[in-house]
Amino acid sequence: MTCSRRDFLKDTVGGSLVSALPLSAFTLISQAEAAAALSESKTRWAFLVDTTKCVGCGLCVKACKNENEIPYDAAVTRTWVERYVVTKGGSTHIDSPMGGRDGFIDDKIRDEEIDPEDIAKAFFVPKLCNQCDNPACVQVCPVGATYQTHDGIVLIDREWCIGCGYCIMACPYGVRFFHPEEKVADKCNFCYHRISNGMDPACVENCSFGARRIANLKDPDDPVANIIRTERVSVLKDEYGTKPHVFYIGLDAEVR
Amino acid sequence: MKWHILRPLWVAIGLVGSILVAQQFLVPDDFGVHGRNFTYGYHRLSNIQEWKDFPVKYRGRESCVECHEENVLKLNASTHAPVECENCHGPSVNHPDDKEFLPLDTTRELCLRCHAFLEYPNSARGELLSVEDRRHKRRYECVKCHNPHDPQEDVEEEDSE
Amino acid sequence: MLDEPVVHGIEWTIKELFVYPNEFIYWSIQIVMYPYMTGLVAGAFVLSSLYHVFGQKDLKEIAQFSLVFSLALLPVAALPLLLHLQQPTRAMEPLLTPHFTSAIAAFGIVFTTYALIVLSEIWFVYRKYFVEQVYALKQKAGLSNLMKRTVYRVLTIGAYDISEGALKIDKKAATVLAAIGIPVACFLHGYAGFIFGSVKANALWMSPLMPVIFIMSAVVSGIALCMFTYIVIMEWKAFLRRRGGGALEAGQIKGAEEEVINKAARYLLGFLVAAISLEMLDLIFRGYTAMKSWDILRSVMYGKDFMNIFVLQYTLGNLVPFVLLVLPRRTLLRTVIALILVLFGVFMMRWNVVIGGQAFSLSFSGYMHYEIPVIPHSLETFKEGVFGALTVIATPFFLFWIINKFVPSLRRDTEGS
Repeated sequence: MTCSRRDFLKDTVGGSLVSALPLSAFTLISQAEAAAALSESKTRWAFLVDTTKCVGCGLCVKACKNENEIPYDAAVTRTWVERYVVTKGGSTHIDSPMGGRDGFIDDKIRDEEIDPEDIAKAFFVPKLCNQCDNPACVQVCPVGATYQTHDGIVLIDREWCIGCGYCIMACPYGVRFFHPEEKVADKCNFCYHRISNGMDPACVENCSFGARRIANLKDPDDPVANIIRTERVSVLKDEYGTKPHVFYIGLDAEVR
Repeated sequence: MKWHILRPLWVAIGLVGSILVAQQFLVPDDFGVHGRNFTYGYHRLSNIQEWKDFPVKYRGRESCVECHEENVLKLNASTHAPVECENCHGPSVNHPDDKEFLPLDTTRELCLRCHAFLEYPNSARGELLSVEDRRHKRRYECVKCHNPHDPQEDVEEEDSE
Repeated sequence: MLDEPVVHGIEWTIKELFVYPNEFIYWSIQIVMYPYMTGLVAGAFVLSSLYHVFGQKDLKEIAQFSLVFSLALLPVAALPLLLHLQQPTRAMEPLLTPHFTSAIAAFGIVFTTYALIVLSEIWFVYRKYFVEQVYALKQKAGLSNLMKRTVYRVLTIGAYDISEGALKIDKKAATVLAAIGIPVACFLHGYAGFIFGSVKANALWMSPLMPVIFIMSAVVSGIALCMFTYIVIMEWKAFLRRRGGGALEAGQIKGAEEEVINKAARYLLGFLVAAISLEMLDLIFRGYTAMKSWDILRSVMYGKDFMNIFVLQYTLGNLVPFVLLVLPRRTLLRTVIALILVLFGVFMMRWNVVIGGQAFSLSFSGYMHYEIPVIPHSLETFKEGVFGALTVIATPFFLFWIINKFVPSLRRDTEGS
């Protein structure tokens, strides 16, 4: 090898050839070296949701289920859309039937009619895995079956998960569930197979309104990352210290 | 000294030893700390590639345009330009290699996802052209009159009831 | 059973108002059984230690029994976890690739350590018996005797020295192990509490008091079960003597029994008070600080789960037995009723923590109700239903029956010293 091992690792990690690399290369370098190289990873995936643009069509949920082979009629889903209707009296009605898979075409919420005159504001909020910097779900996995990649995505090893459900309990956002067929924990991974190969996540590609966008925070020229950097964005439930990486525009105080 | 009291200890050591031996055989070679630290990066390395190899289903209009150029161009010129082909035609997966026809969704429910009237102030939904489902030609599919590839095309008035 | 993929939890979860789509009662009856059974293991072990470590001679026979019974209970502490796993064939992975930042990862190690201590102690107590059996069975012919002898030969682990000096060392070793076992048993429980207490996403569970509360209620339930078993055994013995015409002997047994029960009841009361105080402190603190989650917690505790928490757990499971035990002129029947109520109260406490912690949505805007499956129609509804729980309860008695065939804990003439 003419290049140093460290450079080699850096390049490899930056690209998408991790598995092509002989495993012995990893055992030869020290952990500190590896950590240094990894911290220089050129990618940190993040997500931007513009709630002001979402119309609640649910096509993102449909696309996600098809793309990621989540049984279409199962109640669980990797991404979902919530509807919030706040009345002038101050009460909040929230629903997400089937995770919003079929959109919102009825104005009733859980069979309850809400007088349109009484609505102060109403909006839709897409939710998905926050790919936290300090993922509580990863911390509690007893066997190392879920982990954070160098580009910030939390993945689940379907071959190694024992299905104890501790990660599901640990996630403050409720994004995890048991896959009905695989019988292991499952959740959104920003369509890792797509973003690693230059594509947008299925939900992003199938959103007609630009409400969902993917960003690489480490790329100074990434337009979406620049929105996150320069505009006023917020995150969900930051009080848990998980450092979520799904950023929101127009998040209302009522959003849970 | 009666050394027999150590016998349970030998059993215990034997047990621990057998777990360590089992580890050698049952734990994949690439299992270890590969990410930031032990807390967040302890896993089987090859799993990353397994996820990267997950099959793609939605190929986007770039792949549609290769054969269906006319339709894509028409769509791109219309107000429906932001709508992906696969929203209505379904994920192409390996079309046309193993699936000759994609199942086209022409139900009212699909159109109503965006165009059902919801009286929501300050919401993007309110800005879309919308109909009240129960008051607008309930018995017909929307595509009977409206062309989804170009919604602003003249509505073909056929035998209205 | 396999025609349609079923979402785990959907069959016993009823949602109300807004609950995130992926939220279900994922931790159900088996996770209630797990800390409950673990608590009983320790109780049995602690009781046997009272004799082996603290030399409570009057507890000698019950100590023999409870030591072997704690061995029978031991696998049952792990059984609920196994039944609960979605991938039970991978149950050994926490030992293969333990991820120690997880509280569950330590389970395999803590549990194995504890099991080894119990096994070793039993070995030291019964080694003489094993060796004697090997020699006795040598004289007898027949295949079953040969097989039995082989089992005993394995059980001796090749230590055939049963001289006076060797047995003395055995006894000392058993004492040391019993002494080490007590903190390990407490650790096993405190750590079960930590599994829940460290889940920061769960507003009800997250509390540094959780491990201590778990230890206290574990000791309470353990002592209660052992007292209960002890009373049953002693009554049975007195009954046999009386029938055999030994009214005097029966009277002696009753006298000894009352003394032990009085002593144990005092310990039980002490731990009960400690457990209730800690739980009350937790409750008052939550109400006073009234964090974001308090609204929904209050509506669950004072509303939906009021019956389970305040009536069944605190009143029927804590207050009533407390009064029954404290009031003067206590009778045996009253004690037995109090003990059963205490055991029930601790079970309800586990239930209210595990199920109650999932009774509200992470969105704080909705509720989930657990409908425990009674008649199973699939493996899943069996495992996480009434019959799964009953299986867990029945297993230790079945195991005890088998173990007792080789390690006779109820025979009086087995003690090595």
